[in-house]
Amino acid sequence: MLPANSQRHAGRYAAFAHRLSGVLLAVFLPFHFLALGLAIEGEARLDSFLAWSDQPLVKVAEWGLVTLLSVHLLAGLRVLTLEFLPWRGPRKAWIAVGAVVAALTGILFFVSASA
Amino acid sequence: MPAGISPFSCANGGGRRYSGIMSNTSSTLDVRIWRGGEDGAFQPFSVPRQEHQTVLDVVTYVQRELDPTLAYRFACRVGMCGSCGMTVNGRPRWTCRTHVETATRGSDVLELAPLRSLPIIRDLVTDMTPFFEKWQTAQGRATGSKTRADDTQKIDPASPRRQAADAAIECINCGVCYAACDVVASDPDYLGPAALNRAWTLMNDDREADRAGVLEAATAGGGCHSCHSHGSCVEHCPVGLNPSAGIAGLKRLSLLAMVGGKI
Repeated sequence: MLPANSQRHAGRYAAFAHRLSGVLLAVFLPFHFLALGLAIEGEARLDSFLAWSDQPLVKVAEWGLVTLLSVHLLAGLRVLTLEFLPWRGPRKAWIAVGAVVAALTGILFFVSASA
Repeated sequence: MPAGISPFSCANGGGRRYSGIMSNTSSTLDVRIWRGGEDGAFQPFSVPRQEHQTVLDVVTYVQRELDPTLAYRFACRVGMCGSCGMTVNGRPRWTCRTHVETATRGSDVLELAPLRSLPIIRDLVTDMTPFFEKWQTAQGRATGSKTRADDTQKIDPASPRRQAADAAIECINCGVCYAACDVVASDPDYLGPAALNRAWTLMNDDREADRAGVLEAATAGGGCHSCHSHGSCVEHCPVGLNPSAGIAGLKRLSLLAMVGGKI
């Protein structure tokens, strides 16, 4: 069987990052709704959930979540720009800027959460 | 270029031996070439390496000096005909315009396979029929409205539409973008970057008499809306075209047509 093409380029990475971040965010959504549901059920249950979420591992997961959100948002903006605005060239700079902004967002969240 | 190393010395004519081009060899290239059809396998060859050697030089050397049963396709050897496309170390490329040094990136391994997403006839030769049939499905052919009795239609070369057409019109149908496209690989109905790029040029051509028909064909199932904007076509197009931008343009035109109740 013929091996698959080995296509390493920024546009493909951006597309896969968009999809992967979307899937991971979808996995998180039930937990998000659980937290919202607990808030409706009562202050005590929500407080115990929030206390549980103060664990370092959960904080790291939150950082990952914020970074994923940033990646997904920026990759989505890239697709919308590609599809609705006139452009030329490979536009790899958009991907580079998006990656830097997503990383900075994650770092900023991590620093502010650890402070 | 030293005497005897002309890239044209491997011309496909007159039973001339493939001599001279492989002088000044400094090392050996480990070449793996796909043999057979869909169920084939890679066959190893050892080819003398030399400066400024193209991938097509290597294939020609193998066919003329090592195994005359090797099937491959080429014609012009100068990047005009688009017939020598192959998968070179995992990337679809024109072999005539790809130096071995570029493809191997410092290694001595060269893996050659037929273009992906097309039926394999034998060895490195693919059947381009599906590729050209999709051009027709995308209505990638000009429809005129003038007769020879009419005046020549005036086209302003500076108009945005003409410039959009000019930016996309140099496609020579080599199939490299088609082989590079992830959507083509996973969706047999997808028309592919080249056919849709052609539709985009027609949509921007003032002489085209059936733009509504072109747009309808380009937006039907398997049309422009199947594109995932990975940009592999832009990345690999040997001419430097941007089918991805044209496909995005078709999406915008289809949206406007839908809002306007035209499709």
